[in-house]
This record gives sequence, C-alpha cells and structure tokens, in this order.
Amino acid sequence: MLRPALRAVKPLRASAVAPRARTFTSTRHVRNEGPSLNSLDTFSDEEQMLRESVQRFATDIVGPKVREMDEKEQMDPTVVKGLFEQGLMGIETSAEHGGAESSFTSAIIAIEELAKVDPSVSVMCDVHNTLVNTIFRKYATKEQQDKWLPQLSENKLGSFCLSESASGSDAFALQTRAKKDGDHWIINGSKMWITNSYEAEIFLIFANIDPSKGYKGITCFVATKDMGIQIAKKEQKLGIRASSTCTLNFDDLKVPAANVIGGEGLGYKLAIEILNEGRIGIAAQMLGLAQGAFNAAVPYTYSRSQFGQPVGTFQGMAFQIAQAAIDIETARLLTYNAARRKEEGKSFTKEAAMAKYWSSVIAQRVSGQAIEWTGGVGFTRETGIEKFWRDSKIGAIYEGTSNIQLQTIAKFIQKEYS
Amino acid sequence: MRPSSACLLNILVPVKRAVDYAVKIRVNPQQTGIDLNVKHSMNPFDEIAVEEAVRLRERLKEKVKSIKVVTIGPAKSAETLRTALAMGADSAIHIEIPDSAPSPEPLGVAKALRAVIDRQSEDVDLVILGKQAIDDDSGQTGQMLAGLMGWAQATFASKLEIDTEKKVANVTREIDGGLEVLRCKLPLIVTTDLRLNEPRYASLPNIMKAKKKPIEKLSAEDLGVDLRPRLETLKVTEPPKRVGGGKVDTVDELVAKLAEAGITGVKA
Repeated sequence: MLRPALRAVKPLRASAVAPRARTFTSTRHVRNEGPSLNSLDTFSDEEQMLRESVQRFATDIVGPKVREMDEKEQMDPTVVKGLFEQGLMGIETSAEHGGAESSFTSAIIAIEELAKVDPSVSVMCDVHNTLVNTIFRKYATKEQQDKWLPQLSENKLGSFCLSESASGSDAFALQTRAKKDGDHWIINGSKMWITNSYEAEIFLIFANIDPSKGYKGITCFVATKDMGIQIAKKEQKLGIRASSTCTLNFDDLKVPAANVIGGEGLGYKLAIEILNEGRIGIAAQMLGLAQGAFNAAVPYTYSRSQFGQPVGTFQGMAFQIAQAAIDIETARLLTYNAARRKEEGKSFTKEAAMAKYWSSVIAQRVSGQAIEWTGGVGFTRETGIEKFWRDSKIGAIYEGTSNIQLQTIAKFIQKEYS
Repeated sequence: MRPSSACLLNILVPVKRAVDYAVKIRVNPQQTGIDLNVKHSMNPFDEIAVEEAVRLRERLKEKVKSIKVVTIGPAKSAETLRTALAMGADSAIHIEIPDSAPSPEPLGVAKALRAVIDRQSEDVDLVILGKQAIDDDSGQTGQMLAGLMGWAQATFASKLEIDTEKKVANVTREIDGGLEVLRCKLPLIVTTDLRLNEPRYASLPNIMKAKKKPIEKLSAEDLGVDLRPRLETLKVTEPPKRVGGGKVDTVDELVAKLAEAGITGVKA
C-alpha cells in the first residue's frame, strides 16, 4: 500500500532509558527509582476492565449477529450504535471531545477483543480509532478538533481514503486532484478499497494539490458525505464481508479550505506516520482472529471422541494445538510490545511492521488449522470457524502488504548492520 | 432515627465477588469445597442490584442523592467495586479481610452491613441486594439485614417503583404462585430477582471516570463485627453422574418400567 519511508520516522522524544534496559510497562507503573520491569502482559486496572467489558459486549451483542452480517455482507446498524454507546469509538480522544482519554494500548485491547468474535467489526473500530481519530488528534487545528472529534466520538463513523485503482502499495502515485477555487477546493477523482465507506459520514480524503511537486503535493482533506461523495461499487469479498469496502467517486466535490488537515502538501507525511500506528491495530485484529479461531476449535477437540478418546488428546493433534498456541503468544508479544513502545515515545516502525506481518501469518495458519481440527463441522458455515480463515487472508494485504512490511524491516536491518 | 432530608434517596448496594457463572466448577481434591483458582466476577444478582440503583437515578434524577456500593472480601474484591463504580455508583466501601480468611457467612455479612449503615453520616433509605450469591446460594443476607435493622423487606423483586414524596415503594415480587405487589415504607431492604433488569456493560468513558471515585477501606474491627464462621463444611462432592435412560415404544411399557423402578402409585 505505501512506499516505505526513505528514512525511519524520528522517535517523538528520546527515551529516558539506557539502551540495554528494556521497559515493558505502561507509564502508569513507573516508580521513582527508575523504570519498573514487568512482563509484556502487564496491564493497568482500567485496561483489564476494558478488556472484560469489551469481551462481554462482543460476545453478547455482536456474537449473535456475526453469521447474518457475514451472509448478508452488511454491518448491522445496532452493532455500530453499540460501539459508540460503549465509548469504543473515541478511545484515545480527550474527554473534552467526548472520548474516553484512554491509552493506545486500550484501543489495541478493544480491537483484539472484538476480533475474537468478529474481525469485520474489529476493523471498523480499528480504522475509526487508529486512523481517523488519530489524524484529528495529532494534525488538526484546535478549531478542527473541536468541530470534528465530538462527532466522531458520539455517532459519526469515519473513513480513511488513500488507495485508488492505480495506487495501492505505491500510495503516493495517487491521481485524485484538488484545485483551489477561492476559499474552496474542488476535488476530482476516485478512491478504491475504502473500509467503512458505506456507513461512514466523515471522510479523510488524500488528494494532490500540485502534481508538479510529486508526493509533496499530497494533502489531506476532511469531507462529509452530504458534500456530494458518491459511494459507488461495494465489493463482494472473500472475507470480512460485513465490513463495507467501496469505490468512491468525487465529481467536482467542493470542500471548504478550512477542511485541510495538517497543512497543504504535507498529506504524505501524515499518511506515513498514521499508517505506522494503524499497523499495530491490524496486528491486534489478526491476533484476536487467531485467538478467536483457537478458542472456538480447541474445546471441541476435547469433547469430540474417536477411537475411544477425545481427538485433541492424540499426540499429533496435541502437538499441533501446542504449536498454534505458541504462534498466538508470539504475535501477542509483538503486538503489545509495539503498542507500549509507541506509548513510551520510542521508535516503533520496525516493531509495528513485524507485528502486523507476523500476526497476519499466524492468523492464516491457526484459523486454517482450526478448520482441520474440527473436521467437517469446521468446514460448514454454521459454526463460524471457517469464517475466521476467510477473514484472515486480508491481513497479509491491507494497511501495507506483507512484502512491504518485510521491505520496511529489511531496510532497518540494513541500516543497523551495514 | 432522624428521617433523611425530604425526598432525597441514599442507596446502598452490597456486592459480592463470586466464581464467574460461566466457569465449569470442579470439587477440590480435599472435598472441602470447589477449586477457587478460576475466574471470579460480580455475583450476577448483585449486578442487577447495581443496575437497578443506577436506573433509579436515571428515572428519579436528583432525587437519588447517592449510590454507595460495599463489599466484604480480600484485596481482589476491589475489582468488583470498581466495576460497580464503572456502572454508575458514586463511591465504594471495601471491608477488607485477609486472603486466608474464610468467606463470611450471611449473618456476619448482615451484621457488618448494619454497622456500615449505622456509620453513615446520612441515613440510608434503600438497600438493594442480590437475592442470593451463586457460590453458596444462601439467599439469607437481605432478610437477616432487614431483621437486624427492623426495616421492611421485599425480596425477589422483579419491579421496583419509588415514590420519594410519600417515602414508599411499590415492589413486585416473584413468588411461587405468580406475582405479588407490596407497598413498603422506606427505609427498605430489596433483594433482586433475575427479571428485574438487564445490567449494562461498563462503557469505556465510565471505566475511566470510575478511577476518580473514592473507595473507603475498613476492617471488621473498625466495624466491631465478628466475621468468624458459625458453620463448618464437612464434605463437598459432585452430584452422581447421570446414567443414560431408555426409550420405550408404548405407554404401557412406560408404566411397566416405572413400576419396576419402584415408583409407587403406578399400577402396572
């Protein structure tokens, strides 16, 4: 999706910790004598409570609707409403703007827990929080934040529009143009593969205001559906079918000059930085997916008996199950450590790329195995186990393909070792 | 007792941290109880009690002056209080007992609650408790507390309506024969039944707000209450495993089998 950054993104502030010591805690736990050293699965009380609350919400409210939403390829409006009511659509947003003022890790936890039940719902929450909300929180002016964040916290779904039919990984080759006209910009072009677009009301659109400058003309605009955004073809997909993926058309779309976010010609920078964080969100989605598939399949193997014993207790099966558990644990550690590094202001680009890449790999593997462990029952659509496998495929594709992630990681290693 | 200030309700909701309802419980090897190394959460009937208090505030608005939750338990019980605070309670009291202490019995709990009520600077008008805890299923605490306080009680409530002007409550109770409606004077003890309401999920903004809400810590000594158990559990065993039944083709066969099984009153 994105051409990798030519240089690594600079860390936000120098870490206070000596290079050898590694801190894994949330900043809340830092004592006066120095950083406390906790295991990677250390969470604050609020983060724990959030995890349990989202787990119950996902199981009780989203769970019963998963199959229908997948078969109909349609997100249920009560699910969207429920997410807003639970405060899950403004996780890091300040209380002043209607949000919960929670940590980035809290967002990651919510995304993971939702994905255990439905990765489609999870990605909707992820894009809204880690891409849309974060752009406003980090790059918008106070006036823009006061105007848009409360709407995004309360009830308006957001969408992030970068990709086009001719620009995916090579994102900055985008063709959508914006031309100044008095105190407005006129946007013309088309976007493709846009998540949430069917239900969204607030759109962040990347367009080039000066193609002669190349990618340095790319600018981020905020537009609302009623300004005239045309939602065209809704894709019929292999997986995450309930998550809407549409083509958008802009035909002389008129957007006020005040709706430029982050400055003219700086859209490319904004996009790179934001997609870095979004990567950890997708890692969490894939992690939750893998865990959800595992949780659905493994108990069955301990109750289904063949040849006089539960199939999960045959050594071959037991070994496979153990390996899947190891896969999930590795993805979990990568994901949460990347999240904490970001919270601590450390550089996290490489770690985020690793987490996203690896989580998508194990998600495919574990969900595929989950079908095999449950046999014919896993192959039918009734139990929802096969859905995890179908949903997992997108993990290697969106928000930076696996090859792009590997390229990013390789560049860091080259820099370090040569 | 000095009546509370006109029309403003102070509500107390005792809650208990119990084994989570979804856990598959197992008897421990010593046969003295169940394996407690499992997930715990707020007793479901207590969640309904907290929810009812919060809904009363939503209905009566400023007329509900305070919602206080209280629990008796080890350090970990504080989680339960925080969940209640995240659901909408204003403040909490944690009567902390050592991890090794045995679980308090209903009479001890009721006495502790009486002491808590007596300590409050403003009178408590309504105490809402779960009808029973799902670990011991005693179903006694609410009733004992009412007896100790000399207050009215309405148990197994499926509907609760309060008239703050007249200081009375109409409580619909689920009883064996159907539904019974009682009119009770405040102060009142109510215990919740399943159909009273469906508890909300603690939303993230409320979880964050709950951080700032106060939790007062007390000990049994502070309250002058003896929480030592009066009962000794001799043995806990699993129920006998279900043996498969059999199928019959005719009513006569069924009657014959019942007679064989020794069910009297059945003529073969």
